[in-house]
Amino acid sequence: MNLIVNGKSHSLETITLADLLQALEYEGNWLATAVNGDLVTREDRAKLHLAEGDRIEILSPMQGG
Amino acid sequence: MLNLYDCTLSSRLLLGTARYPSPAVLSEAVIRSGAGVVTVSLRRETAGGKTGGAFFELIRGLGVRILPNTAGCHSASEAVLTARMAREVFGTSWIKLEVIGHHDSLQPDVFELVEAARILTEEGFSVFPYTTDDLVVGEKLLAAGCRVLMPWCAPIGSAAGPRNRPALTAMRAAFPGIPLIVDAGLGRPSHAAVVMELGYDAVLLNTAVAMAGDPAAMAEAFAKATEAGRLAYIAGMLQPRDMAVPSTPVIGKAVFS
Repeated sequence: MNLIVNGKSHSLETITLADLLQALEYEGNWLATAVNGDLVTREDRAKLHLAEGDRIEILSPMQGG
Repeated sequence: MLNLYDCTLSSRLLLGTARYPSPAVLSEAVIRSGAGVVTVSLRRETAGGKTGGAFFELIRGLGVRILPNTAGCHSASEAVLTARMAREVFGTSWIKLEVIGHHDSLQPDVFELVEAARILTEEGFSVFPYTTDDLVVGEKLLAAGCRVLMPWCAPIGSAAGPRNRPALTAMRAAFPGIPLIVDAGLGRPSHAAVVMELGYDAVLLNTAVAMAGDPAAMAEAFAKATEAGRLAYIAGMLQPRDMAVPSTPVIGKAVFS
């Protein structure tokens, strides 16, 4: 299915958000995730089932003022 | 001592972490500044990337409080989501709330700002709003639940220093019990001293230190200026006069002719 990850289109056969992170080799406890504009906590990633066209944001700490 | 949301801090300088020439220079600048709080941000992580992790470890190793920001957000909904994601990553309910309303000046959209502050306060966040020196907006932010206000003194990154001292003075007078932090626009240590002399509780800066020739030395210079300004405010300053007043006593002066 087609998913938009950080603004880029990906064709992936993943079921949950946790699967997606693994498939794209994201790791570490410093990531924050949102799907279609809603926060998805670490605990909920394995429970969140993705659907065609979902927009996923994966953020991490960055320098800021 | 500075008290922000029931957290007591010995330093009145809060430091940003962006635009330093290297992570090592950033670390040295934070240490030399004596800052107890640093601001950070969230950005998209590339697939398989470890950039954020390395930065996160560096900041945690400094042993300071983390104040995540919502920089780059242009609406209340964007800012609220970013704040929620920041709490997830950084494990703090502190949030520097930025909602930008104008591309050139980076002036905050105060309408969206107040709305985001209201939502985040209800969700248990401790909101540090980046705002203007508008008194009505300040009142509305406090009504929304903010217990700190952070007015700009000039546009972000401009290094212009306090452009409207009367407005900053009026804001200090209008909110006597509220911690006021000048956020954005400070370019040199004397600017920090000026706003601290006006009675501001702290300053938050980034570019003026990060882009200095020697960021660590500039961090220390700002720390000293901030402390000097605070001490002067407490000590009570002489008001300017139009005419000269001799400092040396004239009584007993010799007469030679």
